[in-house]
Amino acid sequence: MKTFSIGGVHPNDYKLAADAPIENLPIPDIAYISMSQHLGVPAIPVVAVGDKVKVGQLIANAGGFISAPVHSSVSGTVKKIGPVKDLSGKEVNTVTIETEGDEWIDTIDRSGDIVREIKLDSKQIIERIKECGVVGLGGATFPTCVKLSPPPGCKAEFLIINGAECEPYLTSDYRVMMEMPEQIIIGAAIMMKALGVSKGFIGVEDNKPEAIEKLGAFEKDYPGIKVVPLKKKYPQGGEKQLIDAVVGRKVPSMGLPIATGSVVQNIGTTLAVYEAVQKNKPLFEGIMTVTGNCAPGQKNFRHRVGTPLSKIAEYAGGIPEEAVKILSGGPMMGKAISNMDAPTLKGSSSILYLTEEQTKRKEETFCIKCGKCIQACPMGLEPYLLNKLGRINDMEGLEENRIFDCIECGCCQFTCPAYIPLLDTIRIQKGRVMRIIKNRPKK
Amino acid sequence: MTNIIIFTILTLSLLGLVLAIVLYYVAKKFKVKEDPRIDIVEAIMPGANCGGCGQAGCRAFAEAVVKAGNLDTLFCPVGGNDVMKKVAGAMGYEVAEKDPMVAVVRCSGSFEKRPRTNIYDGRSSCAVMSSLYAGDTGCLYGCLGQGDCVSACKFGAISMDPETGLPVVDEEKCTACGACVAACPKNIIELRKKGFKSRRLYVSCMNQEKGGVARKSCAAACIGCGLCEKACPFDAVHVNNFLAYIDFTKCKLCRKCYDACPTGAIHALNFPPRPAAAAVKPAASAEPVSGTAN
Amino acid sequence: MKKFLVSPSPHFHGRENTRRIMRDVIIALLPAVAVSIVYFGISAIKLVVLGVVTCVLTEFIIEKYMLRRKVTVNDLSATVTGILLALNMPASSPWWAIVIGSVVAIGIAKMTFGGIGQNIFNPALVGRVFLLVSFPVVMTNWSVPHSFLGTSLDAVSGATPLVLVKEALDGGQTVPQIFAANPGLSYSQLLFARIGSAGEVSTVALLLGFVYLLARKVIRPYITFSIWGSAILLSGILWLANPAEFTDPLFNLLTGGMMLGSIFMATDYTTSPMNKWGMIIFGTGIGFLTILIRRFGAYPEGVSFAILIMNATVPLLNKWCKPERFAKEAR
Repeated sequence: MKTFSIGGVHPNDYKLAADAPIENLPIPDIAYISMSQHLGVPAIPVVAVGDKVKVGQLIANAGGFISAPVHSSVSGTVKKIGPVKDLSGKEVNTVTIETEGDEWIDTIDRSGDIVREIKLDSKQIIERIKECGVVGLGGATFPTCVKLSPPPGCKAEFLIINGAECEPYLTSDYRVMMEMPEQIIIGAAIMMKALGVSKGFIGVEDNKPEAIEKLGAFEKDYPGIKVVPLKKKYPQGGEKQLIDAVVGRKVPSMGLPIATGSVVQNIGTTLAVYEAVQKNKPLFEGIMTVTGNCAPGQKNFRHRVGTPLSKIAEYAGGIPEEAVKILSGGPMMGKAISNMDAPTLKGSSSILYLTEEQTKRKEETFCIKCGKCIQACPMGLEPYLLNKLGRINDMEGLEENRIFDCIECGCCQFTCPAYIPLLDTIRIQKGRVMRIIKNRPKK
Repeated sequence: MTNIIIFTILTLSLLGLVLAIVLYYVAKKFKVKEDPRIDIVEAIMPGANCGGCGQAGCRAFAEAVVKAGNLDTLFCPVGGNDVMKKVAGAMGYEVAEKDPMVAVVRCSGSFEKRPRTNIYDGRSSCAVMSSLYAGDTGCLYGCLGQGDCVSACKFGAISMDPETGLPVVDEEKCTACGACVAACPKNIIELRKKGFKSRRLYVSCMNQEKGGVARKSCAAACIGCGLCEKACPFDAVHVNNFLAYIDFTKCKLCRKCYDACPTGAIHALNFPPRPAAAAVKPAASAEPVSGTAN
Repeated sequence: MKKFLVSPSPHFHGRENTRRIMRDVIIALLPAVAVSIVYFGISAIKLVVLGVVTCVLTEFIIEKYMLRRKVTVNDLSATVTGILLALNMPASSPWWAIVIGSVVAIGIAKMTFGGIGQNIFNPALVGRVFLLVSFPVVMTNWSVPHSFLGTSLDAVSGATPLVLVKEALDGGQTVPQIFAANPGLSYSQLLFARIGSAGEVSTVALLLGFVYLLARKVIRPYITFSIWGSAILLSGILWLANPAEFTDPLFNLLTGGMMLGSIFMATDYTTSPMNKWGMIIFGTGIGFLTILIRRFGAYPEGVSFAILIMNATVPLLNKWCKPERFAKEAR
């Protein structure tokens, strides 16, 4: 069975919420819709305080090329446009809407029918995806339309759908694959049409055999699309690792995935593309998991973007006593939440409760030069060395040892027997080195 | 026996001669021609190699001095006016006198004044912490307390106060090289004029939130009320984005603003104790002082 | 309000830690310890206990009273050093020898460089070589294992196979003659019980430990295999060229400290390279040097010296040999 070639670790996968069907969360009384739900420039609000908006109505335009428009997830009145603290306590420009009823704009097809025929052509598909504010929901929230328009000189050969969901605990993609397999396949077909490619792969890790079976049943109806089972290993869902695992090509250093002819999209994104193109529904809902060993219940929810996290936690049974850390995202790459009043974003994938025993960091001891971080690194770097050089701010040494290749997957720190916070140092120094490289005059 | 001695002496002398010749030629061939004045200037420098002047070290500074031909853009903050006068003397340049500076920490959010809202569990580094999130208090602008400034200081002039969780500058040791200013991701540390008898007045807060919000997260925050601005007769204090700033080039150290501040965000350092009256005010630093004329 | 933890990712940690790794090494050493206890009885127990106690005490005292820093004896690394040093000594060594060796191993080879993870040379080997150079008589006074397999070991008397062969060769005998005269040099004897230091009497017990270490992913096989490979290669070439003058490769593999050294000493994390190719070069160097010292050097055995010499190259090997990178440079 296929997997990526270098490094990787095997954290316990704890897919506790795998069997919980997706439930609809109640619509929040007040929705806080952030203008920075995507990578790149924040969106620019086009509504004013006091305006009445409907569900699905455009409330902010893309702020630049790498940006995305934002749509209202509720119907009601705009109460405030201004800074609201996000989950890490930083202020972000946000449109606050007080909910009244649930009135949708009438262009959205709200029926449950599966629309199979793809009527739009390639250009129209990309335009529709752009208008509907679809962004990558795998973590980086990169605008999808940009990924689907390869830069001149690059030719896409494959579309790869990322169904690896290699992070422990997370089950939202799995539930989507289980409950809406045909929509995923159609979504893939739409993006293949947009890219003009004839081959599409859906990579799914082998710890999800039912999803592989469910998706595989449609292979014959949609020629060109293949489900590829992958051997479970973290970080399979990393873009570069997935391309390596599925088509056996390696993205060059500092290069884009398109250099290998591949375009990678996440399962959630694929569903959003299906809904945007076939149902004309902008991206204002998301699927998220509420889980944890100490969680009061294992749940998968469909949430309206802008619902406060605390409301979701409350609805799911409250924050458990044993929880010492709350994450948004998985335990390997997720963000610790310091502000539970923050709203959900398009890319929110979970609320995860961790216990002290699971997550409290142990005291750092001496590096014993065991080389386990090197073995674990999926990019073939030497994390121990990067940490050492990073602590003394040796920027040239860091660049020479290719710190810029780091994908921040956390394998090194996960595996370090001396509990050294390798990634803490590497992440910050990577940012600095990238800035130095960027500001360097081109030869 | 004699043979051995003779041979030993012969071999050693020959070896010495050959090596001497080799060394001579190598030294000649690889000799780098340098302006002798660089050595002279370097000898005057403090030799801390701190980089506070913007050059890589004291030698680089000396090279820059010789190359530039004047001292308009070059200043050694560590050596200060004395060293610069000597350099100017040695080189025959002109030099303008600069006010001696000192680092000032502009945050009063001690453990007591600014309650913690979460526990930071990552590597002890302000850079790591600030890139991760807003901080472990309600204040977005305050000191993170991980001590990047302490490790940046080459002179041992900054230390963390375990009582308050804030850095303290030892003004005797501080050379105003600016390393801490560059190291602080929250821009809290500022180089300010040392002032007459080392007296200084400054707003010890960076919070730009509205008064109510700022006050909620920190009892010592500047709430942007503007009383200091009104009190200042020299137009030295201004409030922008709910935050007051005292311009040390205009400030005459009268302490009217200090007396006016309702939260104690304005700190007055090294003033003589003032008789009775306003001594009731809680000052976060130094001795409470009374307002003289402005 | 409850205060939650906040930290950068990853929020999980694997089960690995230094103590667990060291514990695995100790478990891997148990078969060899057991065998030496069976053969040498109380003197082997005495050696191991003294070695461990002295090493741990030395580390404790230095860290607590001289460096005044956190004591790290809990990570079990000093215990491993103690056991390894004990297994590297003749079972009949006097108590003071192992005590001195342990103090040198921890005090000089480990703590002066900054303690665990900082030392350049393998502490146990430094201790052993220090003793070998300072007290050659004590360190080569090999006791004979009790007859265990039924065959009498008296034939090889008090000399290890390597010493025996070297002395006989220097005395003008040829290799086949030596083997014919000494039934104790048979391969079954070499595999299960032969004269040597406390830990190297049974090759099988050491191999058991090797399999355990590999199965637990404590070590990677590159160093050990490349030592064996290069030793076989060099001794094979010499043997094929002149079978009367040189011993065969298998003999070289099964005698002396080869097994103990290649499995437990050369693979010590801190003093071995961290990348695959570095490990291969390191192991190959040890294999070659061992054979060269054995045949052409002054000592009959060369594994310790070979490993110490190659230890010195580790920083360079770590610098030169980089892991296989995922990505090539951008176009």
